[in-house]
Amino acid sequence: MKTFYWLVKREFWEHRGGFFWAPIITGGVFLLLNIMGIIAAEVLGAQHGIQIGMSGKLQQIIAEMDAGNLHNVGTFLDLGMYGMTALLVVVLTFVVFFYCVGALFDDRRDRSILFWKSLPISDSSTVLSKVVSATVLAPVIAVIVGIIVGIAQLLILAITLSFHGVNVWQLLVLAHPFRVMFNLIGYIPLYVLWALPSVGWLLLCSAWARNKPFLWAVALPIATGLLITWFGIMGLFNLPASWFWMEVVLRGLLSVFFGTGIILGRGNMTFFENGAHDNWLGFMDLNQTYQTLGSTNLWIGALIGVGLIATAIWFRRWRDDS
Amino acid sequence: MSAVITASGLSKRYKSSLALDNVSFQIAPGRIVGLIGPNGAGKTTALKAILGLTDFTGTLNVLGFDPRKQRDKLMGEVCFIADVAVLPRWIRVREAVDFVANVHPRFDRKKCEAFLARTKLTPGQRVKQMSKGMIVQLHLALVMAIDAKLLILDEPTLGLDILYRKQFYQNLLEDYFDENKTIIVTTHQVEEVEHILTDLMFIRDGKIVLDADMDAVGERFIEVMVNADQADAARQLKPLDERQVFGKSIFLFDGANRAVLEQLGETRRPSISDLFVATMKGTYA
Repeated sequence: MKTFYWLVKREFWEHRGGFFWAPIITGGVFLLLNIMGIIAAEVLGAQHGIQIGMSGKLQQIIAEMDAGNLHNVGTFLDLGMYGMTALLVVVLTFVVFFYCVGALFDDRRDRSILFWKSLPISDSSTVLSKVVSATVLAPVIAVIVGIIVGIAQLLILAITLSFHGVNVWQLLVLAHPFRVMFNLIGYIPLYVLWALPSVGWLLLCSAWARNKPFLWAVALPIATGLLITWFGIMGLFNLPASWFWMEVVLRGLLSVFFGTGIILGRGNMTFFENGAHDNWLGFMDLNQTYQTLGSTNLWIGALIGVGLIATAIWFRRWRDDS
Repeated sequence: MSAVITASGLSKRYKSSLALDNVSFQIAPGRIVGLIGPNGAGKTTALKAILGLTDFTGTLNVLGFDPRKQRDKLMGEVCFIADVAVLPRWIRVREAVDFVANVHPRFDRKKCEAFLARTKLTPGQRVKQMSKGMIVQLHLALVMAIDAKLLILDEPTLGLDILYRKQFYQNLLEDYFDENKTIIVTTHQVEEVEHILTDLMFIRDGKIVLDADMDAVGERFIEVMVNADQADAARQLKPLDERQVFGKSIFLFDGANRAVLEQLGETRRPSISDLFVATMKGTYA
């Protein structure tokens, strides 16, 4: 267990830039743009004599809101926090994708694998530590940073408005930062299951390819898909091309995208089919997202992922690059 | 004490060539073995087999383990330095020490820090900022702090200047080696390890062509410096090799009668490099 902890820590050391600084810098740049936007609005507003807050009218509107309106404000603020995390998730996806592609390849290329292999560490632990780094460590950091930046953004807005005599502090109480955090962190275990086939495939390419693992990882499924489609156009074999594109190419490559499980998992699509909800962000709640657990797609993918990871471990053990 | 390594019928075939050809040998504890051979002779393959890094046919026992099946356990007892520059470039001195200290049960942190204190390395320094010599110093500090039974060095001093090279072997001998440890070293810089080796193994085309301890080498191989007038007499005794220096001929004999040779001229023990060159004659032809 101690060894495993240090293996994950090693991954963090090596990829501090992607795992830690990338979300922080993205979030920081986003906040900076926010502040710049607010300043620009202030300056333009002052130049053209526009009164932000409509000389107290906004304050009045807030005071006259009924319970239903207040509820919507809370949902809107939550959306801001989810939105911030969504931005970081895009960054996270690129980080995790390229991390997986290089995880078992880079040290073979620079031969530092010989150093790691000179230590009493099993190849299974090594590979699994990389799986955990990609599917748990990186998302946890991104989600935490996302929520902190989201809260900071709300605070900046509130402070700006309070300069104009609009007191929105009581509105901020309507946000549910802890529920958002709980929903996002709680989603991570599901993400692990959902991302397994992708992570497994990328790690397998990383452990197997003699060079250019990225090309193999992407080109192999796409070329196969094109071939199947071509056979389809030619009227040969009658292969299920659209199924292949959807369930093998997209599912295999894009499942590292945090949150695709919510959309592609289909477990909770019923949420919207059931008509309007007063809390329309409710599809992010865990009791909704975890309905994906009932989809065979998730479990078949996870099973295939485990198989791919096992194969990656085998290659890690026996690949001989001399 | 039983042997550290026992190999019998070891073979390894790569696509086009036979890297190890039915090799058998034993290495006893407390020895420093030089595994010497030309490029592509199978040295590295042999070391990889011992370390469980490659598959092979035949049987191999290293410290009681089968390196193919029990690699993880084996690596608790074996240390390994491949040619320089295999430390990951991103790692800092501090991180490397922390990591090894926490994953290796036989690592002595104090020892490692004492070795590092003798160098110019600083805790925050990254490998990519170091010279080759400094990387080797770091690697050696890590390895010497591990109480391993077997240390394998594959061209450890390749590309280092003479100061680092001398210091490397000096540290190994003074601060690391004892009768419970065994070292296997491959190198092309034969002159530098000559005086520290206890055993010598020559490998050529995947076969071991010489396997003897240094005393036996001194008895078996004799070099004679012969004047031109007696050169023909010397040639009759079937020398391994002949070369000319300052108008005299130097002959290298394998297992010849020492008394007979002494009548021809001045005898001495050949250097390993001369012996190597004579043994490997025609390798690249």
